[in-house]
Amino acid sequence: MLKYFARRILMLIPVILGVAFIVFFLLYITPGDPARIILGDQATEESVLQLREEMGLNDPFFVRFGKYAYNLVVNQDVGKSYVTKRPVWDEIMTVFPATLKLAGSSILLALLIGIPIGIISAIKQYSIFDNVTMLFALIGISMPVFWLGLLLILLFSVKLGWLPSSGYTTLNAMILPAVALGAQSIAIITRMTRSSMLEVIRMDYIRMARSKGQDENKVVFKHALGNALIPIITIAGLQFGRLLGGAVLTESIFSIPGIGRLMVESIKMRDFPVVQGGVLFVAISFSLVNLLVDLLYAYVDPRIKSQYK
Amino acid sequence: MAEKHLLEIKNLTIHYQTDYGTVHAVEGFNLEVGNGETLGLVGETGAGKTTTAFGIMQLLPEPAGKVVAGEIYFRGENLLGKSKTEMKKILGKQIAMIFQDPMTSLNPVMTVGAQIEEMIKLHEPGTKEEIKEKAKKMLEVVGIPAVRQDEYPHQFSGGMKQRVVIAIALSCNPMLLIADEPTTALDVTIQAQVLDLMKKLKDDFKTSMIMITHDLGVVAEICDKVAIMYGGKVVEYATKESLYTKPYHPYTVGLFNSIPDLDSEQDRLNVIDGLPPDPTDMPSGCSFHPRCPHKMPICSQKSPSKVVVGSEHHVYCYLYEQEGAL
Amino acid sequence: MNTVKQKKNKKKSIWLDVWRRLRKNKMAVGGLVIIILLFLTAIFADWIAPYSYESQDLLNMFQTPSFEHWFGTDEFGRDIFSRIVYGSRISLEVGFIAVGISLIIGGSIGAIAGYYGGRLENLLMRCMDVLLAIPEILLAIAIVAALGPSIANLMIAVGISSIPGYARLVRASVMSIREQEFIEAARAAGSSDFRIIVKHILPNCMAPIIVQATIGVAIAILTAAGLSFIGLGIQPPTPEWGSMLSGGRSYIRDYPHMTLFPGIAMMVTILALNLLGDGLRDALDPKLKN
Repeated sequence: MLKYFARRILMLIPVILGVAFIVFFLLYITPGDPARIILGDQATEESVLQLREEMGLNDPFFVRFGKYAYNLVVNQDVGKSYVTKRPVWDEIMTVFPATLKLAGSSILLALLIGIPIGIISAIKQYSIFDNVTMLFALIGISMPVFWLGLLLILLFSVKLGWLPSSGYTTLNAMILPAVALGAQSIAIITRMTRSSMLEVIRMDYIRMARSKGQDENKVVFKHALGNALIPIITIAGLQFGRLLGGAVLTESIFSIPGIGRLMVESIKMRDFPVVQGGVLFVAISFSLVNLLVDLLYAYVDPRIKSQYK
Repeated sequence: MAEKHLLEIKNLTIHYQTDYGTVHAVEGFNLEVGNGETLGLVGETGAGKTTTAFGIMQLLPEPAGKVVAGEIYFRGENLLGKSKTEMKKILGKQIAMIFQDPMTSLNPVMTVGAQIEEMIKLHEPGTKEEIKEKAKKMLEVVGIPAVRQDEYPHQFSGGMKQRVVIAIALSCNPMLLIADEPTTALDVTIQAQVLDLMKKLKDDFKTSMIMITHDLGVVAEICDKVAIMYGGKVVEYATKESLYTKPYHPYTVGLFNSIPDLDSEQDRLNVIDGLPPDPTDMPSGCSFHPRCPHKMPICSQKSPSKVVVGSEHHVYCYLYEQEGAL
Repeated sequence: MNTVKQKKNKKKSIWLDVWRRLRKNKMAVGGLVIIILLFLTAIFADWIAPYSYESQDLLNMFQTPSFEHWFGTDEFGRDIFSRIVYGSRISLEVGFIAVGISLIIGGSIGAIAGYYGGRLENLLMRCMDVLLAIPEILLAIAIVAALGPSIANLMIAVGISSIPGYARLVRASVMSIREQEFIEAARAAGSSDFRIIVKHILPNCMAPIIVQATIGVAIAILTAAGLSFIGLGIQPPTPEWGSMLSGGRSYIRDYPHMTLFPGIAMMVTILALNLLGDGLRDALDPKLKN
């Protein structure tokens, strides 16, 4: 099993290099001269040309990417911000806690609400509860996160004045962003739990458990949920990965200084190294979350576990 | 209600509500099972055998399946009048069931040991060690080394899985065992082994059994009594000897004729013409009449009533209602 | 000749069956009706919208909904209802064309990978893994930044960012059909690979693709609106729901109607597409229905 995961981590390296290449290429064709950005509008043409030469900006594309990749793999160095002149890694680490906090609380919310509601919905299939839940879930999936965020601010900050409309340091301030960002995940996990439970609950082994005279609660929670968990874990993992890198809009609405906002600001300011490093960081975290999900599979499903041996 | 029979089913009627209409799965079903007896419940796919079993166990898929009418007396008490809590004490402990497909009847994420222990824990409480010992013993009873108790179902073959299911079903020494085609999903060689095991265990444990099957060979092997089921009801009931000597109902006769005879030279199988009835649209009268070679006008008008044709042998067919037909 | 006709009839009856099942699903029909209405709105926007989407009326700024301005006016006195009507054009265009782009490219990649297998498949799917490792919205942001903000670039960005999903889906479907006997028969009859893929394999894996594409349009509209919302997508004064929301955001305290209506328009559109997608899934594959 250890060997399997060691191999998986090794396989991440080409993926990361691929991501680095794509982003490098995109930034290469993005208009804007880095030397000009660093030196500012007042700098002379001469000094800009000199800096271009120093930075190797005149080298062919593949030479430049080769140097970047070499630095990335050998020195784990992703360069310095054009704007703040701080190492990109430091920039990312400054904003990452806020994103992690936001994504973490959203996914927690989604699991705590989505799984129980999904289970009840499945057990009471076609009941009023089920129908209402499914309708809300569909609305949740269809709700643009930035609009929901604005509505929440409008209601809870502007009209009622209960909760702050920005910030992330206090628990109170986290509630609205977590709900806005988590709403879609709640809906997705609820739907997934329901359909997964419905599929499992028709299985023979569930009837077998009932035929033993087992308590219905135990049948549902021990036998059915144990088997229904795998697709739920998959979806939850995907959602969490997505939240880590995709909280761009939520962060922008609630003015949370996270990775997403850093990315957008950097793109607008043409701060290429930060964009490059940020995307790499998000891709790595996303891949690691996926790996973690695979580890969890082995824990819940003995069939998968024995494949890894 | 005399406790002459362990199980007595009267006029059981079970319907399913589906998108395509009401499915009349079981319709006016009557049956008795005596103490220590093994009864073969024989019929084609869709005849309502499994539904009958689920009806007895009250495991019908909800909310589609419903017992519409009838009584099921088990040791003199009507199971249909029992609460869920009362039923839970009977299920597993007094009536246990073996399912058709061993590949799907074990929970894939629990060890086989734990699945046997679950049953014992529910009905025969004891210390952890006692329960574990009992579970180990049950594994060995069905011919599986006790050391394999910590393995998961996917590590067992189909035949071994069915043995585990049998171990679970018998672990609390039930009075009635309902086996739903326990060998159908297995390879032929394994079928014989499992059948032999069941035969031995039913004697060892002195368990009554309902053996659901479509295979008259299985019936010959293991059963004392036979009930032939068609279109949701029993059409003929007899001791094995009586039935194999002289089947009465045209459907039963057809079933026997469709067994290939190895001794005589035969080019084609004798099959019963026509298809099993559509359960959403049962034929009127005797549901077999559209396929019956001896059809009479009355057959499509009224359901035939019970005709006693011998000791412990009766049939539902107009052919034998007229005097002198015997 | 007869068999060809029969085949055609059979095909027809399958879709007729799907339609019959879909028609029974009230929610899905509701979704379909809304989508058709949206299309009509987009096509006949010039007749439906009472005002031009860019005519400013500085005397009538920030009007709350009234008889003259059903959804009120914005910070330049432009009629919000008219802007939403015209916005439906952009959203539908971006949504459907973006999905078209990802479907054609992703579908081809998936079909080739699934059909040929081996090293080519490995190479293509590893490339898809790379794209998958970047969250869609980040990838779309990077592409749009590189190409510059315009409607066409927005479609390309959103389209490219969802390629891997379609590639994976089509590959899985193709692999499940590749080994079936009728493909073997077509091969034996001397059909070219291209013909086999296009004529025999793809029509047989349409069900999951149609469902994914329907829901994909919803996702594409959301992503595009999101990009416009943070100022990287469609630029003012073009009426786009996302950028309208972004514009209204600064005035949310005093004039919430500016954010309310574009948001409702967006949600109704997405909801309708999701309803239809769910309905199609149930109708195309009744086995999956619980």
